[in-house]
Amino acid sequence: MKAAAFDYVKPRSLDQVISLLQEHGDDARLLAGGQSLLASLNMRLSEPRLLVDITGLDALRGISVQGGMLRIGALATHTEIEGSPLIAQAAPLLAAAAPHIAHRAIRNAGTWGGSIAHADPAAEWPACLLALGGTVVARGPKGERRIAADDFFQGLYATALEADEVLVAAEIPLATAENWFAFDELARRRGDYAIVGMAITGRRRGGVLADTRIVLMGVDSTPLRARRTEALLNGKTVDAAIAATAAASLRAEIEPLPDLTNSPGTKRHLAGVLLQRLLTRACA
Amino acid sequence: MADLYPIRVTVNGETHQCSVQPRTHLADFLRETLGLKGSHLGCEHGVCGACTVELNGHMVRGCLTLAVQADGGTVNTIEGVSRAGVIRDLQQAFVQRNALQCGFCTPGMLMAAKELIEQRPDASRAEVREWISGNYCRCTGYHAIVDAICEVLQHRRAATVRTEASA
Repeated sequence: MKAAAFDYVKPRSLDQVISLLQEHGDDARLLAGGQSLLASLNMRLSEPRLLVDITGLDALRGISVQGGMLRIGALATHTEIEGSPLIAQAAPLLAAAAPHIAHRAIRNAGTWGGSIAHADPAAEWPACLLALGGTVVARGPKGERRIAADDFFQGLYATALEADEVLVAAEIPLATAENWFAFDELARRRGDYAIVGMAITGRRRGGVLADTRIVLMGVDSTPLRARRTEALLNGKTVDAAIAATAAASLRAEIEPLPDLTNSPGTKRHLAGVLLQRLLTRACA
Repeated sequence: MADLYPIRVTVNGETHQCSVQPRTHLADFLRETLGLKGSHLGCEHGVCGACTVELNGHMVRGCLTLAVQADGGTVNTIEGVSRAGVIRDLQQAFVQRNALQCGFCTPGMLMAAKELIEQRPDASRAEVREWISGNYCRCTGYHAIVDAICEVLQHRRAATVRTEASA
């Protein structure tokens, strides 16, 4: 299908973007890579009056270390993150997750900030940002503010961003030698949305786990932390028995929502499979 | 009706100045405005890959890119890369290996394979399969396509070794 008609504007400044959002409210949509937005426009699931193209704003680009944090600009593409030596060093979880995002042609256009602001519960970047304890940097009419990932994802495609705020970047603590991570997804076909996906992060000192974060994709209306199972793992050294116990704990903890083809029971089972697999791999 | 938006875009080496509706996606612009019918439209929501073209050096979905987003940019389509001869070996391998039947997916498949060969010259068979997972083919069952791409990767690697040896 074809998208319904809309107007298009490509502002040269962030202030102009913000005033357009204030003026047009819900009739306006921000356009970055457009890899989710244009699909929904083509299917007429969404019919905004105005698209505000933010790709002319250089302030939203770049991957750098600033103030001891890894800062990834909203307009960084999935491909840029996949191939960045800085990301591989400072946030290797992102490098591991990037190849799972859709397909190369989509990764070449889709953006970090777009994915986080869209807040698809099955998408990789929201889950990774939450697993890494990251922070969203938002700019609005009153200036800049920071929102912890734990407070950012509030519901299905719903975030803590105000209607007149723009996600300009997201920041992540730099990985140290103590940090470890694991990531995997189960999907019928490479690049499809995961039936269940999982990102795990934490610290490991002499094999003992601390600050573990387990984030699930595709099981709830937001990326979901499994806090009970995280607590169970902290202070433990992973072996086969602990991995099995943690999988059982996770299955008891979550109440997965079904999708078109997978029941809650299937997702519950697969979440346990993924956790056991990732923990076993981590201690191998 | 939304206002027309002026764009300037270089397609296959030729610069065009046009006015387009903002809602027109790049694949429709190429097909309907410029008459370049090689980029095909299958699903129009980013799933099938038949509309794959190059924008500013990277392959993208023509149906998930607005023509206005290409303003000031450079586009290469299957027509351009065919004429330039840069994927002649790939096209010949597709023919020799029967890597197409109806041919609807072939332009997108070739554009995807082109970027693979350029970006990942050492790709394994598994990596080839993964790379083209974003392009649907409903005829071949993919094996012949993977065979053709792997053959070209191998030939180009061998040619690089020969060039380096004689240098």
